[in-house]
Amino acid sequence: MNYEQLIHETALADERLLVMTAENRALIRNLPGPLGARFIDTGITEQTMIGAAAGLALRGRVPVVHALATFLTLRAFEFIRTDVGIANLPVKISAFVPGFLSDGNGPTHQAIEDVSLMRGIPGMTVFAPADEQDMLAMLPAIWASPDPAYLRVNTRPATYQHAPYEMGKAEIVAEGKDVTILTYGMLFEQALIAKDLLTEAGYSVGLVNLRSLKPLDEAAVLTVVKGGSLIVTVEDHFQTGGLYSILAELLLANELTAKVLPLALKERWYKPGLLSEVLEYEGFTGQHIARRIGERLGDGEHTFGAKTKVVENVFAE
Amino acid sequence: MTDVEVAISKVLMTSEKQEELKALALRVREHIVRLSTDGGCFTGASLSCADLLVYLYADFLNVHPGNLQDPERDYLFLSKGHDVPALYGTFAELGFMPKERLANHLKSNDSIYWHPNRSVPGVEFHSGSLGHLPSVALGVALDARMRGQNQKVIVITGDGELNEGTCWEALLVASAHKVNNLTIVVDRNHFQANIATEDLIPLEPLAPKFEAFGAVVKRIDGHDFAALEEAFTALPFSEDKPSVIICDTVRGRGLPSIERRADRWFCNFSSDEVVELLKELHSQEATTLTSETLTVR
Repeated sequence: MNYEQLIHETALADERLLVMTAENRALIRNLPGPLGARFIDTGITEQTMIGAAAGLALRGRVPVVHALATFLTLRAFEFIRTDVGIANLPVKISAFVPGFLSDGNGPTHQAIEDVSLMRGIPGMTVFAPADEQDMLAMLPAIWASPDPAYLRVNTRPATYQHAPYEMGKAEIVAEGKDVTILTYGMLFEQALIAKDLLTEAGYSVGLVNLRSLKPLDEAAVLTVVKGGSLIVTVEDHFQTGGLYSILAELLLANELTAKVLPLALKERWYKPGLLSEVLEYEGFTGQHIARRIGERLGDGEHTFGAKTKVVENVFAE
Repeated sequence: MTDVEVAISKVLMTSEKQEELKALALRVREHIVRLSTDGGCFTGASLSCADLLVYLYADFLNVHPGNLQDPERDYLFLSKGHDVPALYGTFAELGFMPKERLANHLKSNDSIYWHPNRSVPGVEFHSGSLGHLPSVALGVALDARMRGQNQKVIVITGDGELNEGTCWEALLVASAHKVNNLTIVVDRNHFQANIATEDLIPLEPLAPKFEAFGAVVKRIDGHDFAALEEAFTALPFSEDKPSVIICDTVRGRGLPSIERRADRWFCNFSSDEVVELLKELHSQEATTLTSETLTVR
């Protein structure tokens, strides 16, 4: 089962579901024939696609819209906020190459403020699967929900066998006394490597795959906070407005404090290149994450293994 | 109107019907004037499209207070949302909303404010940010076609609104998809907010622009009920293209003291002026206005 097969199967079972794209067919290339009029390509018009999706949703449809994350969340932001958000319509946004996944495209294509923007829209839900398996597990619930939804599409192969999905629940991969990594999206893979490297070095390391930023599994995060370990937020997003901010908001609301190490992008776009180059340069490979955490823990002893081998992105459109 | 088609009104509509619509439009204009105080509203842009909205709701569209949940009703989207006093005035006269609700204008106990919202029965979608509803209407038109329904989907834009690229983008997509159940109606009152369109971002020749984007266009006098009927009853203009109707109108129409005045876009009249302006609607003799003009809102 892949994304295309899942959406095809869902569309056959539910006539409300429509597939729309602003000429980005990377994951839905074979659907125009089978879906006929229910496959709508608006051309390179993110704004018009979102507005039309709102109109279709007004009529009871559930449009799943496809385009690059950055063009959807930035160029079409006002259409998402004003047409989908104010009317609270079940438009499902499948955003391609979010975060580091735009690898070599450059800053025009870097959606690294998308979580911040989307979670700021009342009623909008925000999902960031760790890999393809995680994504396919959550999509049925996302599409069945009456809420508008933003999905950071992630088709990278899984390196971990995920727990079954439950809406609003994080996946607790491990609990740790020394350090707990909170992460979402494609960096889960590197965070998992970092956890193993730190564990080998003798630390007790927790790892949480948040799966959705909104709804946030507050109970799971508060359990981590109350555990008292160092908390590391790992995200391919600007530090402003993403997971670090979300955690800070939760801490303040609960009159709590914590030791937090944010690993995020600070006030600049990332250096474009092959994904392996990006992660290496920006310090987000498993080894780099482990080292940065080790440094924070005052570890002068370990080197945390060899350079992490990063599986490159499959170029999509 | 120079190099464009001018529809010559064959009088299909009876004179009785025209008088009836004129009387209704006059009552709608009275509502607009009464809303133009205690905070005010976009009076000029409301007056320019009052006749259009009256014709559409009272005579043309298959939409009324009794069929607002019917998926086969006709849809009207008001993309130039700042003319909402004309819409609500029409709704109040036709029983979509109680007239008393207009007294709640800008009050926190209701949701009657400067742009439309769906708390008012008959409002299909909120607007206010320009250039949005052509695409929303496109979505509705696509769905209606998918379901084999034959209703009309009409979206009214301003002319200044046509500065927004998304109006043209939506038309480009509608043409590509041969959406012939979508009609864009332009309230061509010749003003942006505070400046004449042709002095800022000239639109003429307008009809050929729409034609170049794949629509079939008619251009009419938007204050002439017979001309409105002739154009709208000819919809759709094509089997495989969207339709556009350019309604040439006068901003402030019905109040000679503010007609075609760039500085009378948003109006907040004194209560004494409202009394005088209500008389002016009937007499068509310009009142002397002393209230401050508002050029930016």
